[in-house]
Amino acid sequence: MRLILELALTHIAGRGRQTIVAILGVALGVGFSIAMAALMQGTEKDFIAQLVDTMPHVQISDERRTARRQPAEDLFAAAQFEGLRPKEDRRGILNPAAAFASLRAWVPGRMARSLRTQGVVRYAGRDVGVSVIGIEPEIEATVSSVAGDFVQGSFDALQAGGNNIVVGDTLARRLGASMGTTIQLVSPTGQSRGFKIVGEFHTGNNARDEGETYVLLKNAQILSERPNAINDIRLRLDDPDAAPRVARQAEAELGYKAVPWQEANESLLEALVVRNVVMYTVVGAILLVAGFGIYNIISTITHEKARDIAILKSLGFTQGNMRRLFLIEGLALGLAGSVAGWLIGFLLCFALSQVEFKLSGAGVGRELTRLPLFWSPWHYAIASSFALISSGVAGYLPARQAARLNPVDIIRGAT
Amino acid sequence: MSALIEADHLTRILPAIVPVTLVRDVSLTVGEQEFLAITGPSGSGKSSLLYLLGLLDRPTSGMLKIAGQDTSQLNDDELARLRLEHLGFVFQFHFLLPEFSVLENVRLPMRKAGRLSASEMHDRAASLLEDLGLAGHLDKRPDQLSGGQRQRVAVARALANDPHVVLADEPTGSLDSKSSEQVFTILKDLVRERGKTVIAVTHDMDIAARVDRRIHLVDGRVVSDERVVQAAV
Repeated sequence: MRLILELALTHIAGRGRQTIVAILGVALGVGFSIAMAALMQGTEKDFIAQLVDTMPHVQISDERRTARRQPAEDLFAAAQFEGLRPKEDRRGILNPAAAFASLRAWVPGRMARSLRTQGVVRYAGRDVGVSVIGIEPEIEATVSSVAGDFVQGSFDALQAGGNNIVVGDTLARRLGASMGTTIQLVSPTGQSRGFKIVGEFHTGNNARDEGETYVLLKNAQILSERPNAINDIRLRLDDPDAAPRVARQAEAELGYKAVPWQEANESLLEALVVRNVVMYTVVGAILLVAGFGIYNIISTITHEKARDIAILKSLGFTQGNMRRLFLIEGLALGLAGSVAGWLIGFLLCFALSQVEFKLSGAGVGRELTRLPLFWSPWHYAIASSFALISSGVAGYLPARQAARLNPVDIIRGAT
Repeated sequence: MSALIEADHLTRILPAIVPVTLVRDVSLTVGEQEFLAITGPSGSGKSSLLYLLGLLDRPTSGMLKIAGQDTSQLNDDELARLRLEHLGFVFQFHFLLPEFSVLENVRLPMRKAGRLSASEMHDRAASLLEDLGLAGHLDKRPDQLSGGQRQRVAVARALANDPHVVLADEPTGSLDSKSSEQVFTILKDLVRERGKTVIAVTHDMDIAARVDRRIHLVDGRVVSDERVVQAAV
């Protein structure tokens, strides 16, 4: 066995240029599949992370999935009602304090409550319709991604004396307002108050930067004349993947609609599934092409060695010896190529991660400055095992064929 | 004189749409220390007969005994073993492995046989090469040698495992007359001094004239088998 191994290594070492070409062929295949896989998976992870980070994991609102049963339906055993005027519900989540407390008991993660209403911001003769979100600054900061997107000020500044408001930077620009400016906020009920801008945020999402304002929960309740009301509970879970389960349980408990982020982004996630299929097809195709290239190079070398097979057989080496010899040669080239390929893959990933590009302006979800790459030992393992298998097969199959040949046929062919 | 090779009605037919008969009903016995030449026009089946005798090819019918052992029932690996132990080959082209040094090429069959220690193999290979006048070339690659030198390396390799029979297929076919003469002398010495049996296929009449026994083939059939008494050289 040692003899065969030595023979194989001498064979390989003796053909410098051909060996280098073969190793390079394997290495390029392995390297590019690694880089491709890292890029594909990296962008996917980055996309989901963006999605998960900017959204609450579960959002509980004061809506219900189906219309509430009317009292008349409960009271009378009639088959059908006509012309029933529905009872008007008090808007908002009923008994918010109790609901909030019962969720807090079991939800694995952090939560914030708020009152979401509409309003019009008025300043310098300009009116802009906005969402007014009443929050509790100290817990909002633990749930909302906006807390990390402040250009100036913070949620905490809302608590300073007076009526304060936090707005998106695009909105501020549109109004011509800046930090410290007092703007008028008009509620749907007709209430109007002056609020001083104490913070500006920039999420990168244009709709939010232009249309969201934050005030203290208390102020929102006063503006909309709904004391103690909240209509929105947002959960930020320790494990975002648990969102559907938590949402189901919360919905069963409270009776209000609880939407996990997966449901809110169903169409996006569906697009992602398609993207995944494309990604695995592409990476698989690269591996396949690489594997074919490896097979091609190594089987060519083996075919060229047919004469050596004949010589060695005439010297008394067996068929099994010959098969093993070329299997080892194939595997050795595959292994050397894999190791070189790891290096190439690593360097490619590094180079790609250094590529910077500036995307800015409206319509861009977030400023992408670097290509997101995902490093996984699996990429390396899968790419190199693919290379090893194809180089092993590439060494073995032609060698098996050649070893079976009568040496005489090869010798005759050579003379 | 005991028989090293006994061939009984050997026939080799190449299977094809029109089957080609390479060797037709050849029976012969070769003993120890014979110097035998197989001659004949090209296409007469000389090389095919040599390959059959050398266990590189299997007869379509007939029986072949090597050193008293019937080979018809042996599998390929057992034939390989028999070749390793009893037979050495020299081809028209040297067929050395180009990646290995001269010494390594000669050591290969020994290592395959695995009977000697590493140092014994080295010494034996070196002394074989020195005997053939290649003392200064042990570490060279085959492509750094002349044609005649390469052919002598091939002879040394054929002798590596001290076989009883050396089979040579046109050993001088690709050499100039001076190198041919050298190689012929070496083959002759194998018989005279080392007691080997040498079977050489040749169409070189000058060589054929100087062996002990001549077998002439035409169309795969033995047409003459004559022993020649050579004047002492």
